Order: sequence, then C-alpha cells, then structure tokens
Amino acid sequence: MIWPVLTALLSHWRRYPLQLFTLTVGLALATALWSGVQAINAEARASYDIAASTLGEGQFDRLVPRDGQPFDQTVFVDLRRAGWRVSPVVQGDLNGIRLIGIEPLTAPGALLPINAANSADLTAFLAGNGLIRAAPDAVAALSGLGQVIADDAIAPGTAITDIGVAQGLLGKAGLVDLLIVDPVQPMHQPSVSEFAPELSIQAARSGAEVGRLTDSFHLNLTAFGLLSFVVGLFIVHGAIALAFEQRRAMVRTLRALGVPLRLLVGVMVLELLGLALVSGAIGTAMGYLIASLLLPDVAATLRGLYGADVANGLQFRPVWWVSGMAIAVCGTMIAAAGALWRIGKMPILSGAQPRALALTGRRNGQVQGWVALALLAVGCVLAATAAGLVSGFVMLAALLLGAALALPVLLAWVLGLLQASSRDVVAQWFWADARQQLPALSLALMALMLAMAANVGVSTMVSSFRLTFVGFLDQRLASELYIAVDDQQQADQLFGVVSGHVDAVLPIQSAREAIAGVPTEIYGNRDHATYRDNWLLLQSGPAPWDAVAGGSGVLINEQLARRSNIWVGDQILVAGEAFEIQGVYGDYGNPLGQAVIDEHRFAALFPDELPRRFGLRLDPEKVGPLRERIGQATSIPQANMINQAGIKAASLAVFDRTFTVTSALNVLTLTVAGFAILMSLLTLSAMRVPQLAPAWAMGLTRAQLGRLELLRTCFLAVLTGVFALPLGLALAWALLAIVNVAAFGWRLPMFLFPVDYAVLGGLALLAAFLAALWPAVRLARTPPSALLQVFSNER
Amino acid sequence: MLLKATNVHKSYTAADGVVPVLQGVDIGLEQGQSLAMTGESGSGKSTLLHLIGGLDTPDKGQIWINGSDIAALDDAGRATLRRGTVGVVFQQFNLIPSLTVADNIAFQARLAGRHNAGWTTELAARLGLVDQLAKYPEQLSGGQQQRVAIARTLAPRPRLVLADEPTGNLDEDTAAVVLDLLLSLVSETDAGLLMVTHSNALADRLQSRVHLRRGALG
Repeated sequence: MIWPVLTALLSHWRRYPLQLFTLTVGLALATALWSGVQAINAEARASYDIAASTLGEGQFDRLVPRDGQPFDQTVFVDLRRAGWRVSPVVQGDLNGIRLIGIEPLTAPGALLPINAANSADLTAFLAGNGLIRAAPDAVAALSGLGQVIADDAIAPGTAITDIGVAQGLLGKAGLVDLLIVDPVQPMHQPSVSEFAPELSIQAARSGAEVGRLTDSFHLNLTAFGLLSFVVGLFIVHGAIALAFEQRRAMVRTLRALGVPLRLLVGVMVLELLGLALVSGAIGTAMGYLIASLLLPDVAATLRGLYGADVANGLQFRPVWWVSGMAIAVCGTMIAAAGALWRIGKMPILSGAQPRALALTGRRNGQVQGWVALALLAVGCVLAATAAGLVSGFVMLAALLLGAALALPVLLAWVLGLLQASSRDVVAQWFWADARQQLPALSLALMALMLAMAANVGVSTMVSSFRLTFVGFLDQRLASELYIAVDDQQQADQLFGVVSGHVDAVLPIQSAREAIAGVPTEIYGNRDHATYRDNWLLLQSGPAPWDAVAGGSGVLINEQLARRSNIWVGDQILVAGEAFEIQGVYGDYGNPLGQAVIDEHRFAALFPDELPRRFGLRLDPEKVGPLRERIGQATSIPQANMINQAGIKAASLAVFDRTFTVTSALNVLTLTVAGFAILMSLLTLSAMRVPQLAPAWAMGLTRAQLGRLELLRTCFLAVLTGVFALPLGLALAWALLAIVNVAAFGWRLPMFLFPVDYAVLGGLALLAAFLAALWPAVRLARTPPSALLQVFSNER
Repeated sequence: MLLKATNVHKSYTAADGVVPVLQGVDIGLEQGQSLAMTGESGSGKSTLLHLIGGLDTPDKGQIWINGSDIAALDDAGRATLRRGTVGVVFQQFNLIPSLTVADNIAFQARLAGRHNAGWTTELAARLGLVDQLAKYPEQLSGGQQQRVAIARTLAPRPRLVLADEPTGNLDEDTAAVVLDLLLSLVSETDAGLLMVTHSNALADRLQSRVHLRRGALG
C-alpha cells in the first residue's frame, strides 16, 4: 500500500515542478550557507588541533635563546647530562615550507609524528636517509629532497623530519633553535643559567589559547550561517505549506479511498525525508564550494589577527558533511511540522472545504502579532541587560524573529490605511488585493527583511569598525619608521647612524605577564609627545601621562579593563609592584590585554627584556634616504625596516579580509531572499488567475493587471525595506555594543552610512523588481481562455 | 445481509447549538441489490452515506457491513473497510489531479492489493475511457471524470458501492449514460448499490427506494 500512496504524493511534484524546484533549491541554499560556514569552522579547528600537536606548540615549556639565534647542540648535551629532560628542535623555512627537525628518542611522546613504540617506524625515521613526514599541502614543495610522506596529522605548510636531516637541509649543522622541556623532570636539577645562560625559559601557553581567541570569530561566522539558514528555511516553509495546501484535496481523497491516517503521515514524512536528503546533498556540495572560495580569506584573517595557522585548502570532513545533512533534515522537518500536524488533525469530511491561504493567515495573524510583541519585548529587556555572548545572541534572535513575525501585521496595517484613504476604485481594489496576497507572500518578505537587516547591520558594524580602526592606526602608528634589530650591537649601530637625523628614537619593548588573571603584554614606553599627543584615552585620570612618566601610573587597554573590571583609580600589580591605573585606551584588533608603564620602571622590573624594535620620528620625506643610510651603515636588513604607510596598509589589508567572509555571506543571503520572492510569486501565479479573472471581466486589461502585479511586489519590497532599516540598525547596535564587547573586549562607536543604506534599498528593490517581472509578464500573457475557465461551471 | 443499519443517530454542533441530522434511521441491503435514497437538502442522506462508508462515526446505533459492526472499528479498521469492501462514488469525483486517468482507475485496486490489469482495462473500455488513459483529470469533461471515478471504485470489486449523487454535476444526457454504466457494472460484479439522489427518475431505476425526511425514514 505504501508504494501507490507514495506514487500519488510524488505525482504532485511532477505536476508542479516549480514547487519542487523551489523546495529543493531553497533547502539546498539554506544548507549550503550553513554547511559552508561549518566546513570553514571545522577546517580551522582541525588546523588548530594539528598545530597544537605537531610541535607541542603551547603544550610544553621551551628553552629559547635570548638573542633569537641558533645555538650549539652541545648545550643540549650539557643539559641532558645535568639531568634536564629536554629535546632539541631545529626549524626553518625550506621552499616556503616550515621544516622542523626533532630528536625522536628524547622528544615528549605528544610531539612525535610516529609511534615510538613501533620499532619499524622509529628505525625508518632515524635512518637518516631523508624520510620527511609532511602535511599534504607541503609534499609538492619538498619533492626531490628525500622520501616525503604525506601525513594528515601534521599542521598545514609544515614538515617534520629527524633533526640530523633537518640540520643538513637547513644549513644548520651542529645547531639547534630551541629545546622542548619535558613536563616530567627529576626532583633536583641545577639551574639552566648555570649551563646555558644564553637561554631563557618560555612558559607553555594554555593549550586552548588559540582556540579561545578564535572562538569569537567562529561564533560570529556560525551566527551568520544560522541566520542564512533561517532565511532559507522561510523559503522551505513557504514551499511546503503551499504544497500541502494544494494537496489537501488529494489527502482527503486518499483517506476516503482507505489510506490510514498514520500511514499517510508516515509516507509524507518519508517523502520529505527523501527530498531533504537530496536537497541536503546538493546543499552540502554547494557549501563545500562556498567554503573553498572563502577559506583562503578566512585563513588569512585568522593568521593576521590571531597568528593561527589554517590550511588554505579544504579537506573532506565527515563532521560537517553529516552536520549539513542533519541540518537539512531537521530544517525540513521543522518547516513541515505545522503542515503535517494540520494533516494529522484534519477530519476526512471537513477537509473537503478548500482553505484559502488568506483565511489561514487572518486566523493566525492575531496570534502571530502577540508572539512578535512578546519576542520584541524579550529583545528589548535583553538589550538593556545582556552582558555575554550567549545572551547577546539570544537577544539578536528574539529581535530578528520578533520583527519577522511582526512584519505581516505591520504591512497589513499599512495596506489597510492606504485602502481606507483611497478614493479611486482601482486603487481601493489594488490595496485590498495586496492585503489579500500578504499571507502567501509574507514568508518571502520576512526573508527579504532579515536579509536586508543583516546587510544593514553588518555593513554598519564593518564600516564603523573600519572608520574607528583607521583613526586608531593613525594614533598608534605615529612613528614614521619602525626598525627591528637582532641584538644590542645592531641597536648601537642604529643609534649611531640615526643620531642627528631623527627627531626621536622610541624604544618598543614588552614582556608578557598575567595581570588580574588576564594574559597581558606590558610595554615600557618613553615619555614623549608621540604618545601624549596621539593616544586618545577612553577614560583617564587628571594627568595620566605625567603619572605614568612619574613611575606610579599605568595605562591599560579596554580589553583588560573590561575583562578584569578594573578602571581608572584601581590598583594593579605588575611584576609584583603596585601601579595605579591612570587611563584606559582603545586597542582595536588585539585580542590580548595590554598595559603601558614608564620605560625606566619597565627596565627595572624586566631587566632581561631589551628593546628589539624602535620607532623613529622624522620628517616623512626623509624616510627613504634614512632607510638607505641605515641599510648601508649597519647589518640591519631592509626587511627589518617598515615604514608607517607599509604597516597601515598591511593592517588594513588584514582587516579588510576579515570581513570578506561576512560580506560574501551577506550577498548570498540577499540573493536567497530575492530567490524566495521569485519562487513565491511563481508558485502563486497559478492561484492568482481566479483572483484576477473578475477584475479582468470587469474591464481591466491583462497588461494593466501585469503592471499592477509588478507595482504591488515593488511596493511591498520598499515597505519591507523601510521596516528593515531600523531593524538593521538595532542589529548593528547589538553587534557593536553587546556581541563585540563580549567577544573581543572592546566597544566601538557606531556611525551611520545613509548612502550605503540607500544603495542597499535600491538593490533590494531591483531584486524584487526582477523577481516580480517574469510572473507579471506571465500573468499579462495569460490567455483569455484561461481567465474564462474560472467562470466555467464544469470546474 | 450485506448492509444493516439500526437506530443510527448523528448530530453536529453548530454556532447556535446541537443540530440533529439523523434520528434513529434503520436501513438494510442484500448482496446484489440496489437501493435509492432520496430526500430534500439537509435531510441527512449524505451523512448516512458517509457513516456507512466509514468516513464518519455515528453518535448512536449500529451499522453492520458483511456482519461486522463498523462503529466499533478504529480509524485503521475503517480505512481497511473503505479500501476493500466499500467503494464510494462522490458527486465531486475526487480524482487525484496529479495522476493520469489510467493511474487513477488502478489506484484503489492497488491500495487494496487487488489490482487486475485485465479488469481495469475492461472497465476503461466499457466506460469509454480508452482514448483518455494518458490524460490528466483536468483535461476531461465532467462526465468523463465521473466515469473515471466509477471505474476507480469498481476496480477492486467492492462488495458495496455507495454513490453520493453521482450524476449531480452532469447534464441530463450524460447523467443517463453514466447511470446506465454504473448499474450494469454493479450488477455484473454482484455488488450492492446504495445511491443518494435528488431525482425521482433516477431513483425509479433502482430496485428499491427509501425516503429521508428530517433525519428519519418517512
């Protein structure tokens, strides 16, 4: 019995292929946006995990040379003999690949790309015949250098080999770059400084640090993916509701012919499941494509902002494939739940009465209005009280969903007003007809509003961020030339060359320490007009710079202030010494806490930290000649000299790539919304004939009816855009004032960009016009026989 | 007895209170016999037909078909009854618009697991539908659609055929042709026929007749 019922149900799609297309494409697009974002997130997280396990980066303490130069491997031997369980590492760049040489016999187990317990593995690795294990994307660059084996467990762009092989390939014979310190050490050891005074210990970072820093970024991506998915679901819901509405008569007939209700609902679920799986597969494949296109930008962003390595190429990962299929199935079931429930509750006989969508809409309109009001109220309460990421996103969800549900109610109200104020009979009919169409079009219009609001919100956030960031760079990158030196000798050479040619040499020195439990970079700044004149403080004491120069004051960045809730007037400990906070400064784009103290206090507290970078103040016109002079008179390479313009350009480039992803998602979301309108209008066009036939019979021409159809859609799109603007601005405010503060620790000022909004409105209108054009033309060309058939008694 | 209904009551709740539709109706039909049920609009004819067809349940009373009380059946049991034992011809045809004529004719027989290609072909031929088999219902006239509905009902060879004003939507000539076909095919399959009609002329062509007035036999 299942087969004939399934055949009958499926025959509906054969008769209405456009509905099938709408449903499939809507679901596929929704899944594509979701699974694309998930693919990017999964790839990035996998890269972090691999990076963390490849070199034990972040997991183990390390002994590193103070001067940054490779040191003799006899130091390693001496330390081992003294009882230190350390393991040598040599690393360097080879053909653009990061080649790491390790010593498998002494390396902690977690570092090894091989199983040390397996003697065959170990022997092959130690044989010294050039066996290199490399990430798949690094294999090609290393061909010809020995036996290269692709290994998925190695971080992108990285290769690992025996230390002897690496020393040979990197030209570092007898040298090592650092020593990994095993967490398990003997109880009593001599101090490192006795055997290796040139080495300093670098504490392990928390293993999850990279993950934690990038979590916010991924959370934002996920939120946009979900928003896009919800927009897609509106289409799917609309398509399913329409299909079920049109199949009510069929359902009644099937039941009258003896199909049990449970079996019927079960077969319908089966049918939807099949459609969801097909659409989900298409969508996930499209998501793979989107992710492949966006991943290079995401990788660049994460590398630029957080220093996190993410592979440029996408790998097939079952996690997001399954996630894509699951979300497609769940989404379809959520979208169809209401329709299935109505079928389940529908008595055989009452189903005989045709139910107009408009009637359903009117009945549900009141409930929908109250739910919208409740959601908007929740959003407003959370706007005043939300303090974390989760409550921020709950607030956004309540706001967006509430506004979406309120849209049809508001549109009906406006159309009602227009109808009441019209005197012309055609105008009255036009507004009444538009109102009648609302229930069927409302899902597509909701999707359009959400897409437009997301666009307004995100573009406002991005543009506000950019304006603030550019201003911030102007403040913070005041020096005209930045020079990095390798050692004190180079520093002395530099001072000698620039003396008399620059207005000031500002040392840039920092140390890392936890302040109030937050990892913080402590800077020792020279008291100079560069800082006093350029830095804008968000909060300050009476004479902040004097207090810092006097040695008792400290300035902290906004991230540290917000995370630890410490503000001007509070005391903090830096290297055990008390400082009073004299000011809080904006510090955008930096995930870490920062504190600035006087350079003399810094030197006293951190005697080992010598300045390795310097900012030079001079006439910008003289930057070029000075660079040349420094290059000729010192051993400082040109690569270590960066002028202000270069840094600003690089910073802005990183910043701009950060938002390429969200911009792309915005465009895709708007496209999906345009598609929703097109599909709604096309599927409705057949139902429109009986509604328009009386108007045609009473004297309106088909061309007039077509034009009015077009005008109606454009008007509704404009009205939707008017409602989307405040919603988008509320979204921007929530992103800037709640989500950003919770995610990154800084609050940005909000700027408005009316021209951008006008352009967006124009684009939305164009999308609506294009979407309505084809159905309107089809309507204008409806043959009179089709219109006459409406009046035929035989139907 | 193929059909026996005793003391059947049914009422509906309307805005202005409970409206009694059937008030203690008794009716019976033997295998191979035909019975016309007449009465003015609102007399309860269609309601009684729906109760006998298992499309609805009585408030009170019993309805036996082939010896089993259908009032005691659950939804699945009544569905089984509609699939195999009882066939209903509706006034509005109720064809499945997305299936072809051929698929519509075979549909109920397939549901009942009694599909016989030879018999459905013969039915199509007898009802003059051979040239229409590949068409969809909307491409047919009303008379042709009702003939498809009759073929679909008779394809699984039901024991009892219920017809709810089967010619109500047809012109006089077409109605006569459709009724001739229905009567002869029911007779050939030895099924019982209960037909609701407004028309005394049509009722006269059946073996017996009952008249409903305000929910009771009159």
